[in-house]
Amino acid sequence: METQVILNAKQFDLTLQRLCRQLIENHDDFSNTVLIGLQPRGIRVLNRLKELIEEILDKEIQCGSLDITFHRDDFRRRETPLIPSVTNIDFSLENKKIVLIDDVLYTGRTIRAGLDAMLAYGRPNNVELLVFVDRRFKRHLPIQADYIGKTVDSLVSERVSVEWKEIEGEDKVILYTKENNG
Amino acid sequence: MDNLSVDHLIGIENLTARDIEIIFQTADRFKEVINRPIKKVPSLRDTTIANVFFENSTRTKLSFELAEKRLSADVVNFSASSSSVKKGETLVDTVNNILSMKVDMVVMRHPNPGAAKFLSERVKAKVINAGDGTHEHPTQALLDAYSIREKLGGVEGKKVVIVGDILHSRVALSNIYALQKLGAEVMVCGPTTLIPKYIHELGVKVEHNLRNALEWCDVANMLRIQLERQDIQYFPSLREYTMLYGLDKKLLNSLSKEIVVMHPGPINRGVEITSDVADSKQSIILNQVENGVAIRMAVIYLLAAKIER
Repeated sequence: METQVILNAKQFDLTLQRLCRQLIENHDDFSNTVLIGLQPRGIRVLNRLKELIEEILDKEIQCGSLDITFHRDDFRRRETPLIPSVTNIDFSLENKKIVLIDDVLYTGRTIRAGLDAMLAYGRPNNVELLVFVDRRFKRHLPIQADYIGKTVDSLVSERVSVEWKEIEGEDKVILYTKENNG
Repeated sequence: MDNLSVDHLIGIENLTARDIEIIFQTADRFKEVINRPIKKVPSLRDTTIANVFFENSTRTKLSFELAEKRLSADVVNFSASSSSVKKGETLVDTVNNILSMKVDMVVMRHPNPGAAKFLSERVKAKVINAGDGTHEHPTQALLDAYSIREKLGGVEGKKVVIVGDILHSRVALSNIYALQKLGAEVMVCGPTTLIPKYIHELGVKVEHNLRNALEWCDVANMLRIQLERQDIQYFPSLREYTMLYGLDKKLLNSLSKEIVVMHPGPINRGVEITSDVADSKQSIILNQVENGVAIRMAVIYLLAAKIER
């Protein structure tokens, strides 16, 4: 397995800063906006953005986490069921502006399930999608992001991983490529 | 991620402590789901479940049916009183007829011990035992242990006394297995005639004095006197049973510590517990009912993952 660093710590930080400012540009003071991270890895993007936005706006913004296990379309196609994570949305999404957040957008199936799961909490006014990495080829569904950290062109056999200093020790985005066997 | 070690839920006896922990973790999430404005998830929209009840049940059947519907499964109900069982059809024939209509899972209650195991060995569907005679009632034991975990923060090291008709109770046997697997200490308490002779071989304490039992425990699970299963008289009168083994507010208040009171229902008010105990803040009887739906959703969800298409 060969690895290639797509974003190093410095670029990683710049990308987060840019996403944060794009959000503020579109959502003003966040009075009617809710950020929702998809479990498990979207939560990391959410937490970092929340920190940055709150620092700039000097106020608390409304956030939630959403688990999509029960809404997946690959139940029984996997070896074993996924044990669900926690959903934490203790407010109604009725008439709110929602920004769904995940780390990597690839087939689009997770986002599809996320949209479905989200509707159990009310009918939002509108929904946007923010992803840290967009693997733009091989989408299975007509889903595109409104805010993109980094666009990556990759093969099906490759894997993109977003790593965080809180968990993996360093902020970076890595592309794992299979060794070329000719 | 791992799944259950079993393909059917026949009894707690066949489960491992890890299985029970997986069921509890999954139930935690379903408990959150059933408290949402929209209490439904689409996981089992491709699954059909038959509730086959050869014995009367209100609460268990309702609880299973709600659990199935909240997982978006299609549900068919069958009860023996209005069926061809009365015309002489065998159990396997009855169930196979239902399965020909493409049913993936059977939830069955039957008056004969071992009926669920018998069925699981003979049909292709997943089988969940909703009570087989005096043998086991696994989902009840799971929801009881889950309710203790929720109320006291854990089951391990807790002392639980099961009071009443242990001899005829499938709830008692399943509870003993479940609580012991989770590391709790279990005592049974009741008149000598209603305690099976060799029950101590399961590793439970036996006590015939209710006050002593209550002083020992953290949780008291008060079982119903099952008059319908008593072919002979096991005690002189209900009044005498109530005087010796009934829990009232006076006895509860005179204990040296506050204990948790449970009851699997239906309650005979004034027999095994009085109304003021059943409705007191120490009673978690209605929490048990709510948790019943979450536990059954978890069991059905985990077993449904094992359906082969």
